[in-house]
This record gives sequence, C-alpha cells and structure tokens, in this order.
Amino acid sequence: MDIHALQQIVHQTRDARRKQTIPKFSPADRDQLIHKYHPDYRASAYRPIRFGPNADDKTVVELAALLEGDSSIPEHLDLTPQYTADVLVIGGGGAGCAAALHAHTSGAKVILATKLRLGDSNSVMAQGGMQISVAPEDSPVTHFLDTLKGGHMQNDHELLKVMVEEGPSIAKWLIELGVLFDRQADGNLHVKKGGGSSKPRLLTCSDYTGLEIMRVLKDEVLNQKIQLLEFCAAVELLSDDNGQCTGAIFKDLDNHRHVIVAAKSVILATGGIGRLHIQGFPTSNHYGATGDGLCLSYRMGAKLDHIDTFQYHPSGAVYPEQLIGALVTEGIRSEGGHLVNAKGERFVNELDTRDVVSSSIIRECEEGRGIRTMSGRIGVWLDTPLLDAEHGPGTVEKHFPAMMMQFERFGIDISKDPVLIYPTLHYQNGGVKIDANSETNVKNLFVAGEASGGLHGRNRLMGNSLLDLMVFGKRSGLTAASRAGSMSQGKLTLNHLKRFRAEAKKHGNSSGVISPMILPAYTRKEPERTATK
Amino acid sequence: MAQEDTNVIDQPEVLRHKMVTIEISGKKYEVPEGITVIKALWHTGQEVVRGAGCLGGFCGACATYYRTKDDPKVRTCLACQMAVEDGMSFTIMPPFPARKALYDIQSLKDPKQDLFNLYPEAPLCRNCNACTEACPQKIDVREGVWKAVFGDFKSVSEMFMDCVMCGMCTPVCIADIAPNLVALYVSRAQGAHFTEKPQGLDLRIKEIQDGRFNDEWNKVLAMNEQELADHCATVK
Repeated sequence: MDIHALQQIVHQTRDARRKQTIPKFSPADRDQLIHKYHPDYRASAYRPIRFGPNADDKTVVELAALLEGDSSIPEHLDLTPQYTADVLVIGGGGAGCAAALHAHTSGAKVILATKLRLGDSNSVMAQGGMQISVAPEDSPVTHFLDTLKGGHMQNDHELLKVMVEEGPSIAKWLIELGVLFDRQADGNLHVKKGGGSSKPRLLTCSDYTGLEIMRVLKDEVLNQKIQLLEFCAAVELLSDDNGQCTGAIFKDLDNHRHVIVAAKSVILATGGIGRLHIQGFPTSNHYGATGDGLCLSYRMGAKLDHIDTFQYHPSGAVYPEQLIGALVTEGIRSEGGHLVNAKGERFVNELDTRDVVSSSIIRECEEGRGIRTMSGRIGVWLDTPLLDAEHGPGTVEKHFPAMMMQFERFGIDISKDPVLIYPTLHYQNGGVKIDANSETNVKNLFVAGEASGGLHGRNRLMGNSLLDLMVFGKRSGLTAASRAGSMSQGKLTLNHLKRFRAEAKKHGNSSGVISPMILPAYTRKEPERTATK
Repeated sequence: MAQEDTNVIDQPEVLRHKMVTIEISGKKYEVPEGITVIKALWHTGQEVVRGAGCLGGFCGACATYYRTKDDPKVRTCLACQMAVEDGMSFTIMPPFPARKALYDIQSLKDPKQDLFNLYPEAPLCRNCNACTEACPQKIDVREGVWKAVFGDFKSVSEMFMDCVMCGMCTPVCIADIAPNLVALYVSRAQGAHFTEKPQGLDLRIKEIQDGRFNDEWNKVLAMNEQELADHCATVK
C-alpha cells in the first residue's frame, strides 16, 4: 500500500490519542519486557570470550572476535619514535578534544591523533542535548538517582557522582568558550525533559547540541595549536617492562606507513562500536565507530566492564531507504510525540528509558502490529505532526531544523506526515573499566567517553553521553598532564603483545581476524558485471 | 523480522532491479537507483577514507559537487544525504586550503572590531551570492557575511547554527572569504562575549562547592542496594 494511505490511521487517531495517558511500566513488567524483547537478551548473539582480562565473560560474537583478534604489528618492528609527547590523545571526538584541551592548558605537550579528521565522531551528531542539573528544582543527587534507575542500578557510583557534580562547571567552561546553549527569557539556561529523567535537565543548542559543541572544541584545538595527526589509525599500544602504557603505533591511512609515538600517558577516546552492526542492526554511528580502543586496551591487559550491553536507540529511521539507521532525535518524544502502531494505538510511555521503549517497539513488530516497507523493513510510526497540533504550527520546523532538512531532502515533510522508525544500534553502554580519574587498571592508560565503561550501567540515560565526554575527557587530560612533570618517558616495547599472543596460542589461537578494524568493509571489491547496452 | 533480513551495508537486493548510470569523477558506472552518493562510491569498489565522516549529515566531510542529467548547473550536496539518479555526475570536494585565523576567544577586548583584524577580507564581499547558492544547508551565507561585518553577531550565530563546516562556501568566493570560518568566529564571540551569563548556573556551582547537597549525598551513598532501589523508585 502507498505510504500515505498507511499514514492515515495516525492522522485519524491523533485527537483521541492526545487525551490518553500511558502509565510507565512497573519494575517487574519492565524487566519482563526487556528480557523478552531487548536484543541484549538474545542468547544466540552472544558467546564467552576465550582468553584475556575478561576470559569467560560473554559479549556479542562480533566484538568477541575482535577482542580475540591478532595485531597487525610484527614483534620485531623498529620502535624508534617519530613523535614524543607528554600526553597522547587517540580520538578526535568530544572526549578526545576535551582531554587534549585540558591537558594542553595544564602545560603538557599534547598530540591528538585520529583516524579520520579532527571532530569526525558520534559527538557531532548528538541532537538530544546534555544533562546537567541546573534548574532550581533539580539537583546533582536527583540526576544521580535518575541515571542509576536508567542504568538498572548497575552504574559505578563513584564515577556517576563525579559526573553529575562536575556537570555545572562543564557548562560554564563551554559557555566561556562560546557554546550557544538555548536560553530562557531571563537569560538562564533552558532545560528540556529527557526520557527516563524526573526533571527537565537537558541543555540544548536547538537539535544541533553535539555539532555546536564540536564546532567550538575543534576550533579551540586549532587555536591552541595542539599537534594533530589526522588520518592516523592506532593499531597497537606500547608498554614498558612493567606493563605500563608508554605510547602507541599508528598506521598512516594515506601512505600506510607506521608512525610510532612515545608518550608518558595515553588517553584512548576512540568511541563506540555501531559499525560492527551487532546482530545485523543498522546504526546511527559514524563511519569510524569500530571499537578500536576496546581491542587495543584489551591486548594491553585492561579489564572491560558491561560489554554485554548495548543501547538500541528506539527511533532509527526505517524509511526512506537512504536514511535507514539514521537517528530521529528523542527530542521529538520529549516534546510529546507519540509512538503509534499499525492499528493507530500507543503502546508505551514514550518517555520511558530507551531500553524499555526499544523493547516495546520490537514487541509491537514481532506481534504483527508493525508497518512493513517494500525492502522488508518493519517499524512503527512516530507522530511528528502531533507537535505542531499540540504546540502550534511551525513547532517541528523551529525546534528540529536538522531533522526537517534531513527528511526534506527526500521529499518528506515531517511536520505533515509521521515517520517510520525502528530501534537502531546507537551506543556501547559498557567499555574499558576506569577509575574516577578515567585511568584503567593499566598504569598511564586512560580511557574517556564511549570507549569507557561503568558509568552508565546497563543502559545510558539520554543526554548523559555528552556530559560523560566532557567530564572524563577533562579528568583524564588533567590527571595525565599532572603526572608528566614528575615522570620520565618509559621504554617502548611490545612485551604486552608477546604475552597476548602466547595466551591466544594457549587457547587455540586468535580468532583469525586482525583488530582493530579501523573502518568497516563497505567497499565492494568485485562489483558484479552488468550487461552492456 | 527486520534485523534478520538486513544486509549489513544497505538495501541493494530490493533496489537491484533498477540500475542507473552515473559518472564519478568523470568515469561511468552502473549502480542501483536511489542509493546515496557515498554508497555509490562503495558500490563501485572505491575505498573511502577521506570524504566520509558521520554518515548522518552533520560533519561536513562528504561535501560533493554534482550535476543532474543534461542540466548545466553544478550543485552541492553532502554525499551521505543525497540519492543518486540516472545521468548524475559527481565528484567529492577535496579539502580546500582556506585560511583559519587563530585567536584566544576569551581574551578578545573588542570582538566586533577584532573581526577586521582576524579576517580583513570579510568586508570585501562583492555580493555575488555564490556562497549562498553553494550551501547544502540552505544558509543565506552572503547575508550572514554582511551581518557579521555590520556587527549583528546574534543573527549570524542563529543563521549558522545549521552550519556543518563542509566549506563549500569557500572555493566559490571571489573575495577569498571563508564564510564558514568567519561565522564560527562570530558565533563563538557571540556566545563568549555578548550572551547573558546564566545566574542559575553560577548559583548551582556555588551550591555544590559549599556542600549544599552533602547531607543528601551521605544519605544516598550509605544505602544498601535494596534501599537505594526503593529510593530510586520514589523519584518521580
């Protein structure tokens, strides 16, 4: 059937739905729903890791293969460094830029290396906003409790307390750098309510929050003349005789040469794993989100935390084909947008946590109340025109210009017609285990941002990621920089790799893949021949 | 179920029935109709390192020039956000060597005057409007440059909130202005110097420093797992 015919039910039921209130699930119902429908509970997608710091822990097969993968580096490689730094930051997204800027400001010599361009990251796409408890009726403690609840009580309390308490000073820092957060009429920061939060707490820059923050941070990295190594992908870390981190080996993606960097501390800010397409899911993630930092730190002996849990953002686009997996911001639901099944019914409180909302959508689709596309996709409607009906014409256009434009390019006016959505692989809830200074159990190896684990428990709350990046980017940068003065550069060896390879051999060898992946293999090397005309 | 039918890359199975002929940097290829420009590059076997970033229309890495069949007009797009059609011709824009001024945003004394020191070419706009026509984000770039020059920093910061810094406005400028970089400076100056300081934020920072929440923290952090879960459930 024509899509417009299918959309009619959404228009017809809109007024009736506006009078409805959908209660949130009780804790017991919520657990039952998640266990039945959330992809984290699909046992066949998981297997135990055979060796290494997390031996016998389960994770998704795609990640397990990379963690057990071999390094591309031969053990006899000449390790004479081309570059030397106090602090080597790997990754050019939000956490990497924040780490580099804070380390630099404290007087350290910083090198920032990234496999694509400075700023190419998931951070730049963050639309929903950044959770910081600035409203008078809110508090860091409430932020803490909301996050804990969203994370199924599994969050590391110490990390979480640090994040919520440092939030306001991060907002101040960003404002001083020129970030234009939305304001109230009285000049105070405007706050929006996000899914799973009890108070309005989202600071926003319309629906370009991540882009605005990243424009400013990138510009600041350039202004501060921080040394950059762009298009350099980290392929191995370096360690001294005591197993402490002392640098990294990169592959220059332009000329394929190895670049050796000696550093007193290394900060991995390499982001998430969406491009592994776990369980075949499409993803909202950027081109380079291939979990490189997890593989690098795992070989070095760093312990991972909560790597069996991933966030499937409830609203990934399903139609048109070109936008599959692209995010439809949660802001739509924050402002009252309904999720509607093929029968025109709401089926979940739209502001419940992401794992609950995603599980409900999957339930609707599995039970035959989804809408199919010609390509065999399935989804439910997100009633975007409702926002104009509720808050006045022009609301969608004014509050969600990025999204309007994204769909307009394909001839779809989301202020007039609902959009078809299905969960999309969005975020790695866990990662490398860190302490409150963002350091791993490997001395002088720091991990910040999405690559780290513990803070978000088993489900990250909307808007906590941007704050995580800024807070732990800062703490890793400051801690690493503060050490630089009193320590000397350690030896550069591949002893950890020898150990890892020996252990792999003991357990029947590596998985056979080379990790990190660096970029997903989307290029068709042998395009099929088509008939000549 | 959707995820089980999904080919990891995209949807060529459903679209393969109709192939279209396109030209990539002058060379002809056949690709499935309707895939994005960036997917067309992958489809034709090209390794993409430069020219792809977020794949979501936000990072500006994939700025592209394209032309549709028989139309002389060369247009711009983001390769991850544009579908291919029969007879289309395109090439990814190489990084353009525009000059970015260096500045310490916080220590500027007179940001509106400093604009002319940092970007002395900014007032030399000759009104050709090529920048506006080149913008894939539909920003009225020319108007923005003039507003910057006349000191209306607030309007510029609002107009350029959509800017993905793809830089397509720079190679077309006959006055050698880099409008996106000018706008970035102006927006940062607007935020750092001409926007009201949020009083509530400073108050909250002081409350945290003064330990206003300490009692509540002590109470919460002393709870055992069950007590904490029960307490969380009361937060509405």
